[in-house]
Amino acid sequence: MNPLPIPTNPGAPFMARLLRHEWVSAKLRHATHHRTIGFGYLLLSLVAVIIGALLSLIMRTHLAWPNWQLPLHGPILPEEYLALVTMHGTLMLFFVLTVAPQSGFGNLILPAQLGTRHMAFPRINAAGLYLTAFALVTLLAAFFVPGGAPIGGWTAYPPLSATPLAGPGQGFGMDLWLASIALFSIATTLNAINMLTTITNLRCEGLTWERLPLTVWGWFTAALLSILAFSVLLAAILLLFCDRHLHSGFFFPAQDLISGTLLQHRGDGSPLLWLHLFWFFGHPEVYIAILPGMGLTSMVIANFSRRRVFAYRLMIATTLLIGFLGILVWGHHMFVAGLNPFAGTAFSISTIAIALPAAAKVFSWLATTWGSRPRLATPMLFALGFVSLFITGGLTGPILAQPILDEYLHNTFFVVAHFHLIMAMAGVFGLFCATYYWAPLLFHRTLSEPLGKLHFWTTLLGAYSTFLPMHFTGLAAEPRHYSQLTGIAGPSAALLQSTLPLQRHITASAIFLVCAQLPFFLNLLLAWRRPANKDTNPWDATTMEWAPNAFNPHPIDQPSIVYRGPSHYADTGTEFLPQWSPVNTFNTEAE
Amino acid sequence: MQASPIHGFWNLPTNAAAHGHALDTHLLLNLWIALALLALAHLILLIGIAIRKRTPRPYQQLFIEYLPLAALTLLFAFLALRAQQLWAAQRYTGADLSAMQVEVTGQQFVWYFRYPGADAAFGRTRLSLVDPANANPLGIDPSDTYGRDDIVTSQLVLPANREVDLTLRAQDVIHGFAIPGMRIKQNAIPGQTTHIHFTPETPGDYAILCTQVCGMGHYRMLATLRVLPLADFNTWLHAQESTRSEPQP
Repeated sequence: MNPLPIPTNPGAPFMARLLRHEWVSAKLRHATHHRTIGFGYLLLSLVAVIIGALLSLIMRTHLAWPNWQLPLHGPILPEEYLALVTMHGTLMLFFVLTVAPQSGFGNLILPAQLGTRHMAFPRINAAGLYLTAFALVTLLAAFFVPGGAPIGGWTAYPPLSATPLAGPGQGFGMDLWLASIALFSIATTLNAINMLTTITNLRCEGLTWERLPLTVWGWFTAALLSILAFSVLLAAILLLFCDRHLHSGFFFPAQDLISGTLLQHRGDGSPLLWLHLFWFFGHPEVYIAILPGMGLTSMVIANFSRRRVFAYRLMIATTLLIGFLGILVWGHHMFVAGLNPFAGTAFSISTIAIALPAAAKVFSWLATTWGSRPRLATPMLFALGFVSLFITGGLTGPILAQPILDEYLHNTFFVVAHFHLIMAMAGVFGLFCATYYWAPLLFHRTLSEPLGKLHFWTTLLGAYSTFLPMHFTGLAAEPRHYSQLTGIAGPSAALLQSTLPLQRHITASAIFLVCAQLPFFLNLLLAWRRPANKDTNPWDATTMEWAPNAFNPHPIDQPSIVYRGPSHYADTGTEFLPQWSPVNTFNTEAE
Repeated sequence: MQASPIHGFWNLPTNAAAHGHALDTHLLLNLWIALALLALAHLILLIGIAIRKRTPRPYQQLFIEYLPLAALTLLFAFLALRAQQLWAAQRYTGADLSAMQVEVTGQQFVWYFRYPGADAAFGRTRLSLVDPANANPLGIDPSDTYGRDDIVTSQLVLPANREVDLTLRAQDVIHGFAIPGMRIKQNAIPGQTTHIHFTPETPGDYAILCTQVCGMGHYRMLATLRVLPLADFNTWLHAQESTRSEPQP
């Protein structure tokens, strides 16, 4: 580990002396070490995912059994239900699916995969972690302020989000939400700059762009998207903050009558502007969540099939293409929002186009495993689970991309099913895959296989049992964000009530899905108690993080050198050549 | 009067709009194709894991990547083209000039429907005149003569087999106006008017839902569409016109 250069600013001799102090500099080195930061991010995600999952269980139980009383709380009120929805979405999207794959595993694994020892900007990196932690605390504080957490969903459409008059939670709670996401945007941008610089500048000798593992390409593309998307989100949040507190009118029409109060003389803005800005961020955001998982899936499938990644260059190209198309498709969230119908046609074309690079990835995964009789260890199972969920969730994408069909399906549970399968479940399977795969590096121990397999099969069953039926309640036209499906007379009530049996099944499955995570935590706890494992490369992996000492470099180690691309397995499947091995025992150049 | 809410393997509510037949056909085609591709991909995945083939790999990128991609491109292009035809037919042009005019206004958490009355023209509204307590929830300006015969209801009543042009407005926040039985959905946005047109075919009662989260009462922002045979509709309309009270001062 390189000692940090201590700034020698003559204007601040005290600070310089303090920083040079042995204890302080050791602490600072530790705090800015990419592993400390990576584990810090994972810890934040763990807190967020536990809270987020518990919120969803409260939500689900209330929806299926509206008279249920939350212990120590009482019945769930409509505004509380919407606050749960908002906070569940915000926690999961930002603090789990953005933080864990990109900032968490990115920081932990990326330097080792590049054959380097540190990230480009250690202190910016640490600042990102603290900002994210502060953002999480700020967000959770919204539960405890008068009015409670915001009720407008994670998309925060104005004018609902633009004035406290619009409902409970839209006052101080909404301000905290905005502050939290603003901090989060800054933190994510800092992290993205750090990752891009590290990947561009700190690759070790021999590690050309074409030899980069697909995980690095995933992080690279996600970091590019982060910079574009989060800067726009930050701008939108500042505008919304001005509308809320400085009486500007970016998102307000000339006159708006909310709760009997007429808001006027603010100029003539449009709520549609927020939708454009938000979804310009929001759609790339889902690719930020899933691209690292796609890269890891490619590498793990090749590793356990003992094959090369099928069509490696095409996989690099499709990663970049998905990223590029990802910034051109935001309008598909707005087919029925009041856009010109020609815009619907344009966004429909760009959205359906994304299905093609995504399908190319699926073909590569299928071709890589085909006929390999892979070793079905837990990381491989989760990678295959990722493929399955990605296919199932992905196939409804082109359906929703057709404006005329979206007109019927928009904001129904069909959409909820779609994005939970392709983004949430596939994303989480990517995270589990990463945890089981890299456990020997992260914890110096392999996790238990029987417990891992139990975890995989129950989680897969729970995921499908929870989210597949949502397609059917959605096709029955059940809208999202309804806190109650019973109690109102008329044909609307008949429609909503017809979905109740399926909703009860979904709730039961969701409880099962959360319980299915217990073997995982048990597995981590048991591993903690086992002695450390000396086998540094138990999966016969080929990428640089598995090189001796790569994950825990010693200061006197020679700099790493890369001799070939990743996943070079011999056709017989018995031999393999890792990236760090200088000897060629079989011809590796055939692509 | 009420059809069974949902039917068939895919759980769709019964369609009752003229454009809905083609939409349903296209939706079902999409769903069956997605299900078939889902089954096919999983079959390939499982067989690929189960069998073992250890010949040196003469993998042909052409056959494994590009031909299936070309096939998918053709399939998606066909589906997108068909969807585009339906979308253009419904959205690229407005309603026929002879279509019936009804204005829909969303406010937390009710839908109001306004008919133009005998003069076939809507009166001016002002948000500053909104006064639900005095039966003027839309703020119809009493100084505008066009507004004197406007009819405001909380139930949408339409004649069967006549095209209707809905003008959507919102007073406060964004609402989503959806009639699943009529296969339509369009947001109502404050400060902006949007239009949607369709032709109801089958008399009956249909659910009207709010599909864009609009506040704590979002779940109860429901209304009913009643489609009547033309004669019954005329009777209803005349009854509304005769009971319409004098405009509010």
